[in-house]
Amino acid sequence: MNAPASHIEPAVQTLAPVIEASGLGLTFATNDGPVNALSSVDLAIGKGEFVSFIGPSGCGKTTFLRVIADLEQPTEGTILVNGMSPRAARQARAYGYVFQAAGLFPWRTIERNVALPLEIMGYPRREVDERIARTLALVNLTGFEKKFPWQLSGGMQQRASIARALAFDADLLLMDEPFGALDEIVRDHLNEQLLELWARTQKTICFVTHSIPEAVYLSTKIVVMSPRPGRVTDVIHSTLPRERPLDIRESPEFLSIAARVREGLRSGHGYED
Amino acid sequence: MLSRLAAGNTLPIVIVVAAIVVAWYGFAVYLNMPWQLGVYERSGTTWTFADLVRDTLAQERPVLPSPHQVFAEMWRTTVEVAPTSRRSLLYHAWVTLSSTLLGFALGTLLGILLAVFIVHNRAMDKSVMPWVVASQTIPILAIAPMIIVVLNAVGLTGLLPKALISTYLSFFPVVVGMVKGLRSPEPIQLDLMRTYSASAAQTFWKLRWPSAMPYLFTSLKVAVAISLVGAIVGELPTGAVAGLGARLLAGSYYGQTVQIWSALFMAAALAAILVAVIGAGHRMVLKRMGMAQ
Repeated sequence: MNAPASHIEPAVQTLAPVIEASGLGLTFATNDGPVNALSSVDLAIGKGEFVSFIGPSGCGKTTFLRVIADLEQPTEGTILVNGMSPRAARQARAYGYVFQAAGLFPWRTIERNVALPLEIMGYPRREVDERIARTLALVNLTGFEKKFPWQLSGGMQQRASIARALAFDADLLLMDEPFGALDEIVRDHLNEQLLELWARTQKTICFVTHSIPEAVYLSTKIVVMSPRPGRVTDVIHSTLPRERPLDIRESPEFLSIAARVREGLRSGHGYED
Repeated sequence: MLSRLAAGNTLPIVIVVAAIVVAWYGFAVYLNMPWQLGVYERSGTTWTFADLVRDTLAQERPVLPSPHQVFAEMWRTTVEVAPTSRRSLLYHAWVTLSSTLLGFALGTLLGILLAVFIVHNRAMDKSVMPWVVASQTIPILAIAPMIIVVLNAVGLTGLLPKALISTYLSFFPVVVGMVKGLRSPEPIQLDLMRTYSASAAQTFWKLRWPSAMPYLFTSLKVAVAISLVGAIVGELPTGAVAGLGARLLAGSYYGQTVQIWSALFMAAALAAILVAVIGAGHRMVLKRMGMAQ
């Protein structure tokens, strides 16, 4: 095992890994020549973990998430999702993906938007209604079933898009800066709700973010990345308890983890200059 | 009351229409004057300005007929004649309308089909689009008689050859609009469908098709108007049998300017109605899609 993997606690390693990357690299061919978006990434993510990917723009965190989702093809190394290739995992509908923007279909009401993956995957009609009700309750949007996306605030739209990703049975949730465009207060609120949801659903969550407090507050594991080439520079296992009230962010333990993340980010930058 | 009129659209429209009518009367007097003066001179009549205005607006074959002459002619040929009569403007309008609608329907269908192929197939995108554009650079007046003659030679006569000229014109805005519309979904929405492993058909019906609706209706408005132009042009080389085009041609043979202008106004009214119907359909569909706001 390589250096980053050694940060994983033995307890986590005994669980079957949901994601296993080794020597993963991705080089985009662009007009300005090849761009090394990911380089020799070794990472294992266990079942039920909440993993945040943090780093400056261009560090490959989103690319890594897209590789897991089979939206990008790696050019080196291997990656397994649920023990399968990402393509097989996608076809088995192994994950739900939440994008930076809600990406709701404007001609569908909230409930029809949540129903979209269920229609595509051919769920029976009765079950569709039941799942819509359950997932909308999970993200606190009960009562907004018949509204169109433009009638909802940005935060509510993003919650609807999370409901859409939770509507079908995928144990893995991939979230690409889902709260990046929202203001601080809404963001705090959604972070709290997300932790609650994670505790209730036992899903494995991969979460891309720019924000250090957000990463530390949410995660069991923080993957610090740096750009050019995009690579993992540190993997920090959080010692915070699973139960996390918002004011845990003032505790010394929280601050020391945040300091380590910041240090990791800074050293990543130093390498570049 | 007056301020409410001024605030809305009514007053500006009324002013513009009134200005056009006044200008029209002015030009009618001016353009018909030389012929009228000749009449006065030959008959040795002494005339006043009032006589001149009255007579220039009541000529049988004026250079420019006055508005009331045109509307009197339209009234006479629509209300006072049975719609089945060949002297009825409504009969001719119906002939043109039926070929317009058939050509428009075929053009829309062809346009949508081409757009679907172009969006889903790279080779089609590269090979078909230049031809689509090139097809529209040929003047329709040049190609229309050839279409009619060639189709007549293979035994196709009547409605279809005329309709095909409308099709030739109307498929173009539909292809261009629908290619843009079917490509209008955001990358995020397409990625989302991919994460669900949605089939191409599912992505088409659940994402691309609804996304393209606003583009489709905008194209249809253009397409229906030029379908009408195509139908009228198609009636010119058929020997002026029936239709508004035939009316225009017959009118110009016999110097019946009043007849020409009334046919023109009927064509304009038809175009306005067709575009309004598409517009109503557009609003209805957007409302059902919850996008009317």
